Amino acid sequence: VVNNVETLCKAALIAVRGGAWFAGLGTKQSTGTKLLSISGDVESPGIYEYPFGVAVSQVLNDCGAGNAQAVQVSGPSGSCLAMHEFSRRIAFEDVPTAGAFMVFGAHRDMFEVARNFAHFFAHESCGFCTPVPGRHGTGRQLHGQDRQWPAVRNTTSARSSRSTACCTRPAIAGSARRPAIRLFDTLNKFRPAYERRLRSLDFAPAFDLDQALASARQMTGRDDPAAHFGLPPRSVGAES
Amino acid sequence: MNGVSSPASARRPAGSPSRRPDDHGSGDGAGIFIPHLCHHPEFKPQGSCKLCTVKANGRYVSACTMPAKDGMEVENNSPDLNDKRRTMLQMLFVEGNHFCPSCEKSGNCMLQALAYELEMLTPHFTQFYPDRPVDASHPDVLLDFNRCILCELCVRASRDVDGKNVFALSGRGIGKHLIVNAESGRLADTDFSLADQAAHVCPVGVILEKRRGFAVPIGSRRYDVEPIGMQVERPATSGTRDEQA
Repeated sequence: VVNNVETLCKAALIAVRGGAWFAGLGTKQSTGTKLLSISGDVESPGIYEYPFGVAVSQVLNDCGAGNAQAVQVSGPSGSCLAMHEFSRRIAFEDVPTAGAFMVFGAHRDMFEVARNFAHFFAHESCGFCTPVPGRHGTGRQLHGQDRQWPAVRNTTSARSSRSTACCTRPAIAGSARRPAIRLFDTLNKFRPAYERRLRSLDFAPAFDLDQALASARQMTGRDDPAAHFGLPPRSVGAES
Repeated sequence: MNGVSSPASARRPAGSPSRRPDDHGSGDGAGIFIPHLCHHPEFKPQGSCKLCTVKANGRYVSACTMPAKDGMEVENNSPDLNDKRRTMLQMLFVEGNHFCPSCEKSGNCMLQALAYELEMLTPHFTQFYPDRPVDASHPDVLLDFNRCILCELCVRASRDVDGKNVFALSGRGIGKHLIVNAESGRLADTDFSLADQAAHVCPVGVILEKRRGFAVPIGSRRYDVEPIGMQVERPATSGTRDEQA
């Protein structure tokens, strides 16, 4: 059954021009051409057709993506390429794609991007199996990221996201594993975007004992050293 | 699952406790215990809880939905798999309100038994604390929706065996939950009865028979007596019924 316009058009072209013509395009493993639907921070978004094997950098040049810092290929479930990967090629053997090509300029916050995708997956998830689709895994990731968002936490939080992600492999649907893969991708490639939001790059407990005593201090009208938990004063935690 | 048993046991890490019951298995009779919650030998495999995840020929698959083949190499009781299973248990624990000491299913609960079996020491994740009203409308059965693990065993039993369609899952993603098929949403307004198989398949403490909660005292219940990993495969709740009868 051919229910895809791109396939239908290609079948028609192959019927007219022959298989050899089609096989002459693209790479050895990925013959023919690919339609790319280019969107995001580019001067000329739209549908572009390239022979398979085209470098990501060429696509970026052609659509006027001068300051791209990342490209999300093949939608939220696809792969996120950082600048150093722009020489990679659109092809089944390198970066496979269904066609989506989302460009993120240098001014975008890749943490926000990942968070949006996590929300997207949580919203789209069916909730069938335990590990991820929106129920636990995606929900967890969301929770983790939403908590990171207001600018606290530490690298252990990122690590726990990672352990959540590790657990998604048994999930039944690709859509279950993908959110985890996305998180991995952005965590590995855009680490500063995450680290900017961390209070400390070393371990810091999520629960601040001293801060938890603040209301007790207020009620008793005390603020002497003995009313504080015996931790070295911290720049942020000491405020309230 | 014959033919799987030897590679699976061969892969069992040295020194780990044997989880081989006498003659039954989680699948169909290989004599090897595979943790599971949504699987029940009397129903078509569903493959949603993922607790039975094994590695078959190097790939993660649900044991309940993957037919065993000759020569298939299955990894079951490995640290890697048990870590994943434990994490999934933790997810299930925080998704519902599972406070074993105050739950009358304690000792007969598969979720609790597996948590012991897989040595789950903490919930690890932040609790969701669902706040779903219990349904005490039915004369013989109480429903506590806050303990549902969405295994759909009651859904399947009511639909496929009882022919009543009393239960269903509604919603998606994080909002997915068990509902009762009545205009009012109340169990009393269905033709549900204690004689239904659906009344006896819940692996956790959602569907509870009234006035029988402590007929068997805690300490003498199914998984109090012997760890789940040592028990032969039989429906958890038919065991409960036997004990309570």
